[in-house]
Amino acid sequence: MQLPWIILFTPLLSAVLIILFTQRWRNLSALISIAAVLVSLAASVELFRTFPDAWNLKSPSLQLPWLDFTGYAGVQFQVPIGITIDGLSKAMLIVVCGIGSLIHIYSWGYMAEDEGKSRYFAGLSLFMFSMLGIVFANNFAMMFIFWELVGVSSYILIGHWYNKPAPPAAANKAFICNRIGDFGFMLGILLVWTATKSIDFTEIQDALPALVKNPAMAPFLTAAVLCIFCGTIGKSAQFPLHVWLPDAMEGPTPVSALIHAATMVAAGVYMLARVYFVVETSAAAMEVIAWIGTITAVLAALMATQQNDIKRVLAYSTLSQLGYMVMAVGVASPHGAMFHLFTHAFFKALLFLGAGAVIYACHHEQDIWRMGGLWKKQPFTVATFAVGTLALMGVYGFSGFFSKDAILIAASESNKAIYYCGLFAAFLTAFYMTRLFVVVFFGKARTEHAAHAHEVPVVMWLPLVLLAIPAFAAGYPWFIEQFLHTPEHHGHSLVPCIASCVGLAGIVIGFLVYRKQEKDPIYIPLLANKFYFDEIYALIVWNTQDLLARISGFVDRWIIDTAIVRCLASGTWGCGFILRFIQYGNLQGYALLLGAGVVALFYFILFFK
Amino acid sequence: MPLYLFWIFAALMLVFGAAAVLNRNPVASALSLVVSLLNLAVLFFSLDAYFIGVIQILVYAGAVMVLFLFIIMLLDLKAEQRRRISLPVVLGGAAILAAFVAQLVTVLHRFPAGDKPFPALTPGLNDAHNIGMMLFSNYNLPFQVIGVLILVASIGVVVLSKRELN
Amino acid sequence: MVTLNNYLLVSGLLFAIGFAGVLLRRNIIIIFMALELMLNAANLSLVAFARFYTVTDATQKVLPNYNGQMLVFFIIAVAAAEVAVGLAIIVALYRARQTTNVEDLNTLKF
Repeated sequence: MQLPWIILFTPLLSAVLIILFTQRWRNLSALISIAAVLVSLAASVELFRTFPDAWNLKSPSLQLPWLDFTGYAGVQFQVPIGITIDGLSKAMLIVVCGIGSLIHIYSWGYMAEDEGKSRYFAGLSLFMFSMLGIVFANNFAMMFIFWELVGVSSYILIGHWYNKPAPPAAANKAFICNRIGDFGFMLGILLVWTATKSIDFTEIQDALPALVKNPAMAPFLTAAVLCIFCGTIGKSAQFPLHVWLPDAMEGPTPVSALIHAATMVAAGVYMLARVYFVVETSAAAMEVIAWIGTITAVLAALMATQQNDIKRVLAYSTLSQLGYMVMAVGVASPHGAMFHLFTHAFFKALLFLGAGAVIYACHHEQDIWRMGGLWKKQPFTVATFAVGTLALMGVYGFSGFFSKDAILIAASESNKAIYYCGLFAAFLTAFYMTRLFVVVFFGKARTEHAAHAHEVPVVMWLPLVLLAIPAFAAGYPWFIEQFLHTPEHHGHSLVPCIASCVGLAGIVIGFLVYRKQEKDPIYIPLLANKFYFDEIYALIVWNTQDLLARISGFVDRWIIDTAIVRCLASGTWGCGFILRFIQYGNLQGYALLLGAGVVALFYFILFFK
Repeated sequence: MPLYLFWIFAALMLVFGAAAVLNRNPVASALSLVVSLLNLAVLFFSLDAYFIGVIQILVYAGAVMVLFLFIIMLLDLKAEQRRRISLPVVLGGAAILAAFVAQLVTVLHRFPAGDKPFPALTPGLNDAHNIGMMLFSNYNLPFQVIGVLILVASIGVVVLSKRELN
Repeated sequence: MVTLNNYLLVSGLLFAIGFAGVLLRRNIIIIFMALELMLNAANLSLVAFARFYTVTDATQKVLPNYNGQMLVFFIIAVAAAEVAVGLAIIVALYRARQTTNVEDLNTLKF
């Protein structure tokens, strides 16, 4: 039973070793990190073999007691480091360790000349540790701790090139958006703990039916679910807090692939699936979740159609797909969400690594209108990118088709409006991915660098090929059923056909519009400027800070300084001024006052009751 | 003592006391005070305190007031000028005075035991004898201390009146 | 019929007159004399009380309470000493300042 601990702690060991000892030898650091993740992968495979039953296994939790507050003031509270091994965590293990190791290997090539390579690989190892912690968590507190750790790793990795102005700002933005979400998450955890007196998932699951039967608890449960969902809004970049994900592309491309496509942003959805027994207690909250997911999906797809940076397009595409996953949870299909998460991880990582290959080949050029004509020069890249694109668009036969349709079927059965929005987003997805593919790979080379591009080294295209296989095949039952419990098919429905038609329409329109273009024929400022969300938020923050500063200034200057301090001082001065008249230096006057005092004293002693 | 006699002497005492306080000429003031003290001595006599009455005349009226007169003559004090006293001061003082008198009257009003007549004394008391006995037996120590006090006072007066040595 | 309250009333009035003198006069010697007036008012009070609360001694004689009269004796003695020293001070002060006006003798600052 040592396997889970090996999986969890080996990356941590690697991060510690790199930071403390091997920072000077960059290649050694890289090798340590890659070795650690491969060990974790091997241990995961071994774990898989030991526990072959995918989803039937109820987690036999292993525990490492960590915080124990039993007995303090009659409170029973323990925070153990626990391990949950069930179908859900095993599927995520495969995603995280598998894609993680491929990206580690890819980074060996991509970051070969980077100066901060040791830091980078230490950050990657720390991230692996944190993500595996989330995957394995068996109680809310542990999940929250590793949730925050993942945020920290993301911050470190986004701001890897800290000498430039943009990456640290982007890292700050990511972390702050995450923190805002995590605040709600913490409130949700506290609410659940108040209601069920426990943070352990199994105990909560056992305590919930009693709560659901009590109609007075319904608003409380809704509030708890919505607060927990705030964590997802922050981590998985859903509608109000989505602004950090596109900016997070300032980090190196493998980081974008690993963290902001495949694993970290998926942690929000994973968490919802993990605590789905809490989420499903409140229908109102699920409605909200579904709509936020839908809005994110449509908004992000609209914004993606006008972006010119290859990584930005893929980032908005990630946002859109995350919206799909959250929408799936909202329409009571957590299995659909996990299915899509699984397939999305593979093809999105593939797309990002492919984009990295393109960027690398064009000498770190990221604007798609300065690429072009690459389809002859980078065969492996083009082929794998094509596989990823087709999977993303949900073309029949690729993995994305199965997972996206599972979601759309669930949506069509519960809420027609959401279903139509989902179809619209599918259309847009096909449109902008076709735009991306056509502009980057077809046509003539638009710049010198593009003209001289050549294929990337083996260490970079091999992971692409390795990822293309599950990107294609992950949807098929004989593959996926080993890992996940997929939603049942309710016979034949029209939804797959309609979705396919919509996707095909998007492909055709995109191809026709963007064939042989030198610059973007369509320009919609609202979309190109990302609906001005950044500007709105900046304005809000600026105004709020300004208002707070004004109020503080007012309070400080007028109320505290004048009303309180000056008043006290003046009061004292005034009293002194008045009392000074008693001491006028005339002795006989003093005697008079003495006499008056004595008379008054007599009065009070003798006559006053 | 018949009541009217008491009131005559009490009134005389108060009037001359007021004269002592209000007169602008210091000599007249001192002499008024002497008369007032004599009337006080009469009141002492009316209270069967013969020894104290005589002592009052001898020491207070005879020695202390004479000393006052000596000093007034020595310093050659002139009559004071009439001066203006502002109205608020007068009113304030009068108010306090009135309040004091009112309180006095009220307190005495609430002292019913004081309205009873004086107890009768055994006739033929030898006042000086009794006081002498008490002075030298019970109050011997204070008596000696008074002696020392007067000695110290004398020395003090001599020291204070020295002119500066050139 | 003279009662104790009569004597006490007179004593109080005399005291008030003396106190008014202390407050009103500017010549320091007159102030001093008014002070003596106050002391005498207290003496009258004491003697009146001494007469009122009589003592019966061992031989069944009714005596006034001589303790009050003793106190009066001591007060008179101390007052005499005080007047002597006080007037010596006033003379010394007159020699230094050439005035007996209390307002001019005052060195208290306002």
